[in-house]
Amino acid sequence: MAATALAPPPAAEATFLDSNELVLNMGPQHPSTHGVLRVILKLDGETVLGADCVIGYLHRGVEKIAENRTYQQFAPYVDRMDYVAAVSNGLGYCMAVEKLLDVEIPPRAQAVRVILTELNRIASHLLWLGTHALDIGAITPVFLCFREREEVLKIFESYCGARLTTHAFRIGGLQYETYDTFEQECLAFCDLMQAKVQEYHDLLTGNRIWVNRTKGVGILDAAGCKDYGVTGPLLRAAGVAWDLRKAQPYCGYEKYDFEIPTAANGDTFDRYIVRMQEMEQSCRIVRQAAEALPEGPIKGKVGKVIKPPPGEAYVSIEAPKGELGYYVVSDGSLNPYRVRVRPPSFVNLGALDKMCRGTLIADVVAIIGTIDIVLGEVDR
Amino acid sequence: MPSAAWEGAVPDELRARFGTGIESTRLLGGQKLAAVSLASAGDVLRSLRDDHGFDYLVDLTAVHWPTKGRQFEVVWIVYSFASNERVRVKTTLEEGEKAPTATSLYSAANWLEREVYDMFGIEFDGHPDLRRILMPDEWAGFPLRKEYGIVQQDADWVRENLKIESAQ
Repeated sequence: MAATALAPPPAAEATFLDSNELVLNMGPQHPSTHGVLRVILKLDGETVLGADCVIGYLHRGVEKIAENRTYQQFAPYVDRMDYVAAVSNGLGYCMAVEKLLDVEIPPRAQAVRVILTELNRIASHLLWLGTHALDIGAITPVFLCFREREEVLKIFESYCGARLTTHAFRIGGLQYETYDTFEQECLAFCDLMQAKVQEYHDLLTGNRIWVNRTKGVGILDAAGCKDYGVTGPLLRAAGVAWDLRKAQPYCGYEKYDFEIPTAANGDTFDRYIVRMQEMEQSCRIVRQAAEALPEGPIKGKVGKVIKPPPGEAYVSIEAPKGELGYYVVSDGSLNPYRVRVRPPSFVNLGALDKMCRGTLIADVVAIIGTIDIVLGEVDR
Repeated sequence: MPSAAWEGAVPDELRARFGTGIESTRLLGGQKLAAVSLASAGDVLRSLRDDHGFDYLVDLTAVHWPTKGRQFEVVWIVYSFASNERVRVKTTLEEGEKAPTATSLYSAANWLEREVYDMFGIEFDGHPDLRRILMPDEWAGFPLRKEYGIVQQDADWVRENLKIESAQ
């Protein structure tokens, strides 16, 4: 039989077959969303047209709870927001209340705070690196990162008995004096860490699969970062040397010699490099603080009952994920009138849609990982 | 808290341009604070961004004062990378009044305004997509209002969606 041209399909069918747009639901239970994050993706083939985040699955009403607890009672709750960087959360909250009370923190307490916060930054970045690499398909780094993170958690455990939600600080200073070998263990960890960072570089930095999966993926330039309020390693990877520890020093950071790592392209690879360098800089800070730990009291002049005068204060710190701010309003009573947490993860996640547009669906996983979100902090 | 006059080009120019729209400019515990009228809040924010280089919206939130005449206080915190300054802008609202949106100035305002709407029920005039963000879409009530109890819940929502009598 002679070949005949196929009749063109009816018009209605043509439009149907032509439309490649697909709405895909990712999460809330998905291994690479680091918690319970739901992302609704609009796709054209494998290209992402847009992403809408559905959040709130872990909402516990932390800001409401604050209004119903005393100032001291609320302090442990803040650890449960960004639970991989609980020490940073505690530092921000304590500093905000101390600002309301207008109390001086003794130098020894400040130095111990800096040591623990920087160790926590390293632990947070290690957890990020391990899980981010796992998301992209590299299985080994997560084991190595958890091995080193364990050393940090051991120091926390020896210091205050808790590993994750440490509640390490108290309003006015510290609850506990350091233990006998605290400085030596911190210094030993810094030595260990410096060598291990090189190990991660050997595994990933020149790895072709890693480079192909991260270079040029999820670009957010400096203007985009400022527009979306994105801070932390994402902003620095876009070339802005902005770090609150330098811009508006707190807790005695002006005394330490360290640099702000930056990169130029603002892509996933650059954020990886920036965070790797930040771990080394944190080691530098820990070393300086531990080598010259001042003697003296560990708590400022704070009464047993904390009752700040009416007023308000906004205090922010450079948490591992960006600017973590606490806006605390006092009406002169025992409970805070209002506590507002400015969570870096929540604000940074707001830029996910912009970063995903035009990329491939496989890159969405890499981009969620590179923002470094903790859903406990996004949802509060 | 110690309060002092806030001197400098920013408060001077704001007062010169907006007159009575600026209710006060001061330093509260060393932090810069501008209380503005609701009518000029949007223009003040635009002026801060365009004329004074406050290019980063740090935070946007609200405080509920049911005993005060105008019960809601909306707070914007803006920062300038160039001058390393942080300014808090505040305005007050009554129930039913709308706050101006900052989404045309800062993309960051999108989620932050949704959160304020979700928690306080304050609407932002001109927001492109004002819906709840943390609470379920159909939830009744605004949890961060002072009259909302700490164990209060939307019983109908809980019954319908969780198939239980109470979430307590």
